[in-house]
Amino acid sequence: MPQFLFYIFVAIMLGFAAAVVFLRNPVSSALSLVASFAGLAALYISLSAYFVGTLQILVYAGAVMVLFLFIIMLMDIKAEARRKINKIAVVGGAALVLGLVVQLAGVATAFNEGKTTMDSRPIDYKAALASREAAGLKTETINTDLKNETLPDAKLVGETLFSRYNLHLQIVGVILLVATVGVVVLSRREDKTATAADQPTSAS
Amino acid sequence: MITLNDYLIASGLLFAIGLAGVVLRRNIIVIFMCLEMMLSAANLSLVAFSRYKTVNGLPDYNGQMLVFFIITVAAAEVAVGLAIIVALFRSRHTVHVEDISSMKG
Repeated sequence: MPQFLFYIFVAIMLGFAAAVVFLRNPVSSALSLVASFAGLAALYISLSAYFVGTLQILVYAGAVMVLFLFIIMLMDIKAEARRKINKIAVVGGAALVLGLVVQLAGVATAFNEGKTTMDSRPIDYKAALASREAAGLKTETINTDLKNETLPDAKLVGETLFSRYNLHLQIVGVILLVATVGVVVLSRREDKTATAADQPTSAS
Repeated sequence: MITLNDYLIASGLLFAIGLAGVVLRRNIIVIFMCLEMMLSAANLSLVAFSRYKTVNGLPDYNGQMLVFFIITVAAAEVAVGLAIIVALFRSRHTVHVEDISSMKG
């Protein structure tokens, strides 16, 4: 990927992320976060993680942010009124974030592995195919894709997910089920008289 | 050329912006959005490490598996968290965290 595209996508991601923090209307914040996630998905694709990039768009920018917008509109939240700003909290927060950035810069300069370029780690289809054949992995579609020198990203993710991480996948399925049941329990009204009052009467 | 450090610094800056949002904003929904941003920042560094540490000429897919699971758990977390926020809004009629201080010690 050309280098200027990397900087454009990083600028989109960080610029809209900053807009999330600084815009006062929650709807603008949510829409900025969608744009920020789109830039992030572009960065995933630049790292040849096509599946994760697609997932980012579908799950985060699609489903999760629609849920956020739905809740914001359901609660009918107006733009935040300017309140008296707690100066100590703002200064403390800014100092915490600046400290994190300084630490990060220090780690990044000291981390020698970080200086590897993407050209020095090319995707080697021949070596991949040879090692797969040596390991006895005979999945037809993946091996054909590798022979044609295209990266079968989603297929490899699926193969890893359903072989090595099969148990983890099932546990995640249970977590999703528990979350669904939990949401239903949380959004049920506890007050029995209130629910009875809300029932539409036959007269109305 | 783009190095691993470039991606890691981009990811760290996204995390820092998310942290700033969590610390500075008072609207509980925006705080929640910033939490999602911090999770995504972690995902970006995982994918970057996965691409730059090639195994037999292919990216290391173990890293992308972790990203997959983080996205799944984050989706579940958003559903539960928003349900809690809706329940809170029903009983208190506010999303301003300074108005919700009954557990303050």
